[in-house]
Amino acid sequence: MTSTNGHSQTLETDQPGAAQRHGGKVMRFHLKIWRQANPQSAGRMVDYEIDNVPTAASFLEMLDILNERLVARGEDPIEHDSDCREGICGTCSLTINGIPHGGQRGSATCQLHMRTFRDGDTIYVEPWRARPFPVIKDLVIDRAAFDRIIQAGGFITARTGSAPEANALPVPKVAADLAMDAAACIGCGACVAACKNSSAMLFTAAKIAHLNYLPQGQAEKDTRVLNMVRQMDKEGFGGCTNQYECSAVCPKEIDAAFIAKMNREYALASLKDITTGLGSAVD
Amino acid sequence: MTISPDALDGKTPSGSLDRKWDDYKKDVKLINPANKRKFTVLVVGTGLAGASAAASLAEMGYQVKAFCFHDSPRRAHSIAAQGGINAAKNYQNDGDSVERLFYDTIKGGDFRSREANVYRLAQCSVNIIDQCVAQGVPFAREYGGLLANRSFGGAQVSRTFYARGQTGQQLLLGAYQALERQIALGAVKMFPYTEMLDLVLVGGHAKGIVVRDLVNGKISSHAGDTVLLCTGGYGNAYYLSTNAKGCNVTATYRAYKHGAYFANPCYTQIHPTCIPVEGDFQSKLTLMSESLRNDGRVWVPKRKEDCGKPPGQISESDRDYYLERKYPSFGNLAPRDISSRAAKEACDDGRGVGPTGLGVYLDFADSIQRLGEKTIAERYGNLFEMYERITGENAYRQPMRIFPAVHYTMGGLWVDYNLMSNLPGLHVLGEANFSDHGANRLGASALMQGLADGYFVIPYTIGAYLAGQANKKAAPDAPEFKEAERVVAERTKHLLSIKGKRTVTSFHRELGLLMWDKCGMARNRAGLQELLQKIPALREEFWHNVNVTGESTCLNKALEAGGRVADFLEFTELMVRDALHREESCGGHFREEYQTEDGEALRNDAEFAYVAAWEYKNGAANHGPSEPVLHKEPLNYEHVHLATRSYK
Repeated sequence: MTSTNGHSQTLETDQPGAAQRHGGKVMRFHLKIWRQANPQSAGRMVDYEIDNVPTAASFLEMLDILNERLVARGEDPIEHDSDCREGICGTCSLTINGIPHGGQRGSATCQLHMRTFRDGDTIYVEPWRARPFPVIKDLVIDRAAFDRIIQAGGFITARTGSAPEANALPVPKVAADLAMDAAACIGCGACVAACKNSSAMLFTAAKIAHLNYLPQGQAEKDTRVLNMVRQMDKEGFGGCTNQYECSAVCPKEIDAAFIAKMNREYALASLKDITTGLGSAVD
Repeated sequence: MTISPDALDGKTPSGSLDRKWDDYKKDVKLINPANKRKFTVLVVGTGLAGASAAASLAEMGYQVKAFCFHDSPRRAHSIAAQGGINAAKNYQNDGDSVERLFYDTIKGGDFRSREANVYRLAQCSVNIIDQCVAQGVPFAREYGGLLANRSFGGAQVSRTFYARGQTGQQLLLGAYQALERQIALGAVKMFPYTEMLDLVLVGGHAKGIVVRDLVNGKISSHAGDTVLLCTGGYGNAYYLSTNAKGCNVTATYRAYKHGAYFANPCYTQIHPTCIPVEGDFQSKLTLMSESLRNDGRVWVPKRKEDCGKPPGQISESDRDYYLERKYPSFGNLAPRDISSRAAKEACDDGRGVGPTGLGVYLDFADSIQRLGEKTIAERYGNLFEMYERITGENAYRQPMRIFPAVHYTMGGLWVDYNLMSNLPGLHVLGEANFSDHGANRLGASALMQGLADGYFVIPYTIGAYLAGQANKKAAPDAPEFKEAERVVAERTKHLLSIKGKRTVTSFHRELGLLMWDKCGMARNRAGLQELLQKIPALREEFWHNVNVTGESTCLNKALEAGGRVADFLEFTELMVRDALHREESCGGHFREEYQTEDGEALRNDAEFAYVAAWEYKNGAANHGPSEPVLHKEPLNYEHVHLATRSYK
């Protein structure tokens, strides 16, 4: 069925009527997909030919079709992550033809449709490539490092029940809007995958900006930036060298300017850390 | 059908409606701070209800273990809620109050929910907004810096708080961040990539769960003093829905099989404005905001022959603007259930549009002519863009095609006022329980309920149970755990051993089509009875002919799906039985036999003003339940008067 030397077999539709039911518009693709049994084993690109793919199918639906045909032939399906399939949960990943989420501006892989490809295209599908995101199987990667960055300071300490009346603290609309711009991050990790340094600075900066723009976030402003940046480094993510590929592939088009804000706040907080002993609150 | 003679007791406190919750809080047993850390709470699911409960209980001092099948608690499907969250703040000075939010919710639920729960929900709503703002949820603001509101879901007041079109995301991230903070402090132990596959009862109390590690396949059990199921709804029983791919009924269904009553499973909400199904490859449906109906006109061709023509070639006189025709006063803004059913009728009549014939037009041509394309783009630009991305069609040039889709499930495990099921120690929160939305949920109410349950209800009511449990710990090596692990391991092995000819998805899709067809927007006796033949047959085939590939000792999504679909194949039968027994139409449950002359839902308060709570009975046959026993909780309305909903 599959091979690595180009002699791959076509995975045809099991039901010949399928093409008609999709209005007759179907496509054919040469797929080169990363397969890896587990984190320890070496992975490899495997060739698949797929035909009768409806133009209206999404990229993930194309993979569903491929998997159904693989199972029908007794092969293991290709593992990949997805959940909401409407671009908000951040579960889907996939580097498609070298670009995380496939290069359609402001959208996740689940929002990419096959009609944006040409019939007969060769498509390369790989997992996010970054050391802090180890491959679990095939195209599924482990993004727990992001959760640990949030644990380091990506919150406002507000015990349930202790909150003051919501309108007691006005938030200027400009600040609220900027906070929302940053908070739109879906935590998918495309920013890391796009970066040659595997930097998580866009992800980290977006959370810091969300919380530090708000008056509620001021009390923990300095410890937040210090702890989150240190955790980011500890996880093995690289630094930013200002190429902004992170922002270019971000499904929510998070602005790379937040990274500059983070760097500024980090510098100031570090200074305070040295001069005032802020360090007692810093890990 | 066996009906239990005893009325089910919802344990609603006595006293006047507006005092019940305050009096309850005054009287409920408290746990000494030093003793809280001796109790372990198992929280399954980390969406709005689960994450808010886990974080709050950990802050109070309980030992919490939280479980989710995603790679991170931030992925739960609460994240996809767009519109907003209701709260009776009355910031707009437009006459809102706890009383009004309560009444709107009771009426919206078509008088099939428990009064005291709904009143408490309305009371808690105001605290939710305070809590979320303190956490940094970036709600929309006025220029003066105060919170903005909009009206939503037919309410006559502006009580909906929102964060652009991503309210669910922002609320979930708030709860997730609070949860992550507790994880960092060591107060919560988080188990991502971990799926609950069974509930463990010790001495009749819920004292543990069996889980499968989805990465390495290891099956293990966790003992605790109480179990909280916060595992969402069962909309994916229909295969295609607006739910995420992973949403499933497994946790609640396994609890049901251990004796927890399942309440009102036939109450499902079908949302009228979704992007239609394109073909049999389709994996999920996408909601388009209902706000589009403010400026769009819904129509289908008058004649079947015109359905294949491009819409622009169908003249004005050949179009049937059926909502405007049938409901002249509400027109295109007719409520969700009415609009959904009307679309179905048009398509059943053979006048549906699009490649599958299951679609109706939502036409903006008149509005564009009246207001200009720029104004329409300002109002709905992002939605038009989303529509174009999915369908490849430009809705400024040709009408959108829309069709109803399954969106939310009001039914769920039965709980009393304490959010505890009839099984002692088993608490159920959020969409997974049945309690607050009756037969139909109003817009912007789901987020409110999930967070009310997690932040403000369970922290109090959990004490009522745990206070009596200090010396009743289940030993983690109790035989009940080993036995439950054995059963789960065997089932997993069995699924992998069948090696038949059909994929898991093909069964799920077939089941979904059956359900959508006969137990969807409109139901009738004959169709439901037909399902009671077809579902068991399909289930039988599944256990002989499914092909679950791969192994149990590594990541295997086909295996995960196999177990979930196996549960749907049993659970749907319960939905059908409930729909068959409820011989009335109310909210999301429309029985064709019970309608007024002009096609409106005909409720039967004399006979059906109760919660239908079903008790599982094991069947003799292989892999099948037998007829469940019906327990009724009478709905006694002390405060509101039952009235007919009218939209004419």
